[in-house]
Formats: sequence, structure tokens, C-alpha cells
Amino acid sequence: MRKCSLSNLSAVFDKISENLALYIPVDTNGGAKFEKYESGMVMSEALNTVRSAKDFFFPQIEDVAAFKVEGKNIEVVDTRVIKDDFVIFGARACDVKAFEVLDNVFLSDPVDSYYANRREHGIIFALSCSKPVETCFCNAFGIDCTEPKGDVSMWKTESEMYFKANSEKGEKILALVADLLTDGEEKVVESEKAKTKEVLKKLPLSNLSPDKFGGGKTKEYFDDPAWKSLSESCLGCGTCTFVCPTCQCYDVKDFNTGHGVVRFRCWDSCMYSDFTKMAHGNPRLTQLERFRQRFMHKLVYYPENNNGLFMCVGCGRCLAKCPISMNIVKVMKTLGGKN
Amino acid sequence: MQKISRETLIEKAKELLQNGTVSSVLGWKAGEFSYDVTPATFNSVEELEKDFVYNDFCGANFSKYLVKATIKAEGKILVFLKPCDTYSFNQLLTEHRFNREKVYVVGIPCEGMVDVEAIRKAAGEGIVSVECTNDGLVVDTLYNGKVKLAEQDVLLERCKVCKSKKHVAYDELLGDEGEVIESKRFDEVERLEKMTPDERFAFWQRELSRCIRCNACRDICPACTCEQCVFNNPKSGVENKAAANSFEEKMFHIIRAFHVVGRCTDCGECSRVCPQNIPLHLLNRKFIKDIDNFYGEYQAGAEVGSRAPLVNYTTDDIEASDAVRKGDGENA
Repeated sequence: MRKCSLSNLSAVFDKISENLALYIPVDTNGGAKFEKYESGMVMSEALNTVRSAKDFFFPQIEDVAAFKVEGKNIEVVDTRVIKDDFVIFGARACDVKAFEVLDNVFLSDPVDSYYANRREHGIIFALSCSKPVETCFCNAFGIDCTEPKGDVSMWKTESEMYFKANSEKGEKILALVADLLTDGEEKVVESEKAKTKEVLKKLPLSNLSPDKFGGGKTKEYFDDPAWKSLSESCLGCGTCTFVCPTCQCYDVKDFNTGHGVVRFRCWDSCMYSDFTKMAHGNPRLTQLERFRQRFMHKLVYYPENNNGLFMCVGCGRCLAKCPISMNIVKVMKTLGGKN
Repeated sequence: MQKISRETLIEKAKELLQNGTVSSVLGWKAGEFSYDVTPATFNSVEELEKDFVYNDFCGANFSKYLVKATIKAEGKILVFLKPCDTYSFNQLLTEHRFNREKVYVVGIPCEGMVDVEAIRKAAGEGIVSVECTNDGLVVDTLYNGKVKLAEQDVLLERCKVCKSKKHVAYDELLGDEGEVIESKRFDEVERLEKMTPDERFAFWQRELSRCIRCNACRDICPACTCEQCVFNNPKSGVENKAAANSFEEKMFHIIRAFHVVGRCTDCGECSRVCPQNIPLHLLNRKFIKDIDNFYGEYQAGAEVGSRAPLVNYTTDDIEASDAVRKGDGENA
């Protein structure tokens, strides 16, 4: 366990950013956001960023190839821009768990080489939560927000930041800043964790459980009449899917540049009326079906295909951001009975 | 705190359901917390008594919901409209977007709705509960205990500069009729007008760069009722789910603002729902201010059937060159 004083954190940032790209959460008019560190930037105190950390590995828009046409020749150009390692500093336990959810999709055969490339280059400094809020329910999905995974785990006290490397990648970065760190005492971290755990017990969603969901429950929930009232006011916007750290659906499109073609992929949303539209039309004709798809995917279909792992990490972003305040917690409580 | 109680509204809804005037009620449904209210249809007195709420978090404007709800509903729908909601209601009727015969409007007074983000900023994160009282809000928080806040300090932007407490449409009114207010809603627009073009460009660049293209602004907007938006139509050539660059993002919002010119009532729903807190209403307000300046004051939705100045040619209309000069405000 290593540590530095919070007043020395900017020196740590400066040192890391001299060697590789460093991203830290900073405050903006729209809430906290990961930005590339430049000397003088101050790390946000916010519990979480508005957009999740999935953007680093699965950005909203990514060019996948370019086609240059000259005469009868077509040249295919690899447009990958990420070639160097980078550090994500301050992702929370929920977002880090979400990487596991995404890995199951993108790194299983056939491996998505774009995602894999970014994932290989990303080094995660995960920060323990000290002030969870009412919209948090990571606990329901077995996540311990005081024990974040990642290449380096971090804990913050009133005056210090504690670091523990979990991987070789993490150790390498800590070695870079070794001069700025001193030995930290385990028991300080333990008492911080204990404080947070007391708060967790008081959270309004502390008793939420996904036990009634999981693989094999398709028949039980698919035709539940409650979907009608749950979905009736859904606007069909993409807010929930775009702030979600685990939503991973995308669309692939070609863009005519006038002198060639760029193929890109961008986030798609199952809430959209043209989602999975194909030659015969759209398989989900109403908002009820689209809405149901999103929650069945998270609570039933995904766990069915991924050893029971749910496709939700309880970060609470959808609770805070849905324009009509409809969300997975209300769905779970309505379908699964109040728990 | 709202002057009219939940119980009064339930009583009214009960009466109208029981005497057969209406068969369903569009209202606000209580959520998990004090503030996460959802628009919902209530079909019975039991449903109303269980979940119906009317409090400082009932910002949602139901007018647009009527477009779809009136198609499906068999009987009349009771809808509770706050003063600003009634402007959207009239504007949609002007555009023949729903059948007025299928709606029974009960106008209800509004003391302004609060913004939960503003509460978080003022009281701290971790809101356990919010109690709306006559002398403000009592917010119970996880880390700062109970915090008292003045309602005025945490109102939604649109409510801080409320333009009207007058209902311009209703079948029945609960409470007293209010007045159109001499509002300060154009102050922020004037501030932007006074910027140099470079400063203004930088302002919008910064704000719009946060856009995640979730389309919540469009989907909540009572002026956006196209059955298929041009940005969703693969045949339009401009369909896109994500912007290729920040310039394109600006185009989406500016095109949308142009499309609702003369129809936008300034209800403020776009900014209320934006997950990135982009002040989108300022684009629309600039157009409203310009229309007022160029053609005389015009409030979309103030009455049914009015023709917006931009679709009502007169020989006295301002020349395009003058409009550009005047539209630049004092900075020209």
C-alpha cells in the first residue's frame, strides 16, 4: 500500500502525464466528465461522471475503416487511432465491473479487435467510493464499492490518496511516481472502508435484490402485463442507454466523404424506433417491445448467456437522468414484487 | 410548495371519473424517492389514491402525451395542466395534432417547480427525502443532515423566469386565475447578444460539445411531433445516431431550433430533461425575442388558430438585411 497527500496529487498527475495520456474526472457545467489531463486541472469531487467510463473502450463514435478509391483500386485503410497506453484515473467500482460485462461481449469469439485494442492500452486506476448516494445500488449486483478492481485500487481520505497495484501494468505506473509516494497503512484504508459500509446500509436501495431475475426467466416475465404501464410514458429517447456503462449495442454505417468512404460505428439504442431495422422492417413495433427488450436483456437474456452475471452494475445514472424517471429499479420492483 | 393539494386533485379526478365525464386521467405518479415523478395514466380511483402526486417535482408537461393518448383512449382523458402547459396545448391544437373533444382539461395553479440538480448543488449529494413546506424545502441528506432551502433558489430555470400564471386553455379551473408575467426570460439572451461572435461561438461550442445525441430534447418537445423526424429517416440523407464532429452536433440543435420557430412556446422541457444540462432553451428564446422585435410581440399557443408571423406574410414585414442587423442586438 502506497500513499500521497492530496496536495501532492497534481504532482502525481504531472508525472504520469509526462509519460502517457492521463484522463481524470473534472467538473463541467454539465457535471463531471473524464478529460485528458493538462497541468493545473483539478480532479472532480463528484461521485461519478455523467457519461460512464465505457467511452474509453467503446466510444460513442469510432471510425473502423476508410476506403480510398483511385481508378479501379480500392485501398482499405485501418483508421485505429489508439496505439499507446493511457491511464483512466478515478473510475468507480461500478464502472470497472461494467468493463467485465463489456469484455464478455467484445472479447469473446469473434473478438472485437477495436475494443480489444483499446482495452489492452487502457490502465485503470479505480477509486473506492466514500460518499455513495441515494441512487446507488451496486450492492445489489454483488459489487463492493470500497474494493474497486482495476490495475490500481485507490482509497481517498480527508487528506491522502492510497494506492494498491493489482497488476503488472498498475505496478509500472506506480513505479513511475514512486518518488512521490510513501508507505501507506492498511488500517487507515480499512477504517475508511468501514465508514463507507455504514453509509451503504442506510441507502434507500440497500435491500434491492435481483434474485427474482436471471437466466431461464424469459417465459415468466416476457408477457407480464406490467410492461404496459412501465413503458407507457417512455419517450423513446436514448438517454438511459447512452449514460449506461453496460449498454453495448451499436450500428455500423458508411459515410460518403465525396472522395471515398469512411465506415464508422456508433452507439445505438434499443429505445429507438429504427433499432435493428432490417429489410423486412423492425421486429419491435411499439415502445413497449423496445422498453421490454432493454430490461429483459439486462436482467434475463444477458445473465442467461454469461453465467448469471447481470448486465447492470447499479451505478444509478439512469435513475438520475431519465427524462421521465423510469428506470431499472422501478422495473425490478414492479415485476419482481417489492423487495 | 404548491398551493393546491394532491387531495384536491384526486377529489376532482374522482368526481369526473365517477360521473362519467372522463374515463382516464393523465397525471404524475410517485416514484422511489421524493423527486422522481413519472407521467402516467390512471384508470381508477384506487390507482389515483395509491400513486398520484402533485408536488414541486411535477414539471412534466402532458400536452404532447395527448397526441398519442387521444388516439388510443376510448373515452375522454382528464389532463391536469399548469399554466405554461396550456400554451403547448393550444399550439398542438393549432397544428391539429389531437382531437380536442377527447380531452377534459383541468387547469391547476403552479407555484413553480424545483430542479433536483439545483437541490443537489445546494444541499449536497445523497438526498434521502425532500419535504415541501410553506417556508421552503427541507432536504434530508446523507452527509449534511437536514438542510433548509428557499424554494426560489432551487426552481427550474424556466420557473425562475416564469412567463405566465394564466391558463390559456381549460374546461375547468381549480384555484384562481393568474396573470401573464413581465418576465426576465430574455436577460440571458441579451447577455449572449452582447458577446462578440467569437465569444458566442465559444459559448455554444462548449455547451453543445457535451451533447450525447440522446434526442431527449426532441422527444420531449411539444413542438416536435413529426411522425418520423428527418434525423430518424434513413432516406433523408441526414439521418444519424451520432455526430461525426462537433460541427454536426451544432447543426442538429440549430436545425431543430429553426424548425420550431414560431411554434415553440418556451415551455422549457428541452433544458429540463437534457442529461448534460445544455441550456437549449436559449436557442429558442433568441428566436422568440427576434420575432417580438421584428413583428411585434407574439406568444405561440396564447390562442388556438393564431398564425405565427413567419408564416403570415405582410407587406410591412422586415427586410432580411434589416433582420440580420437587428438580430445581432447591440453588438452590431
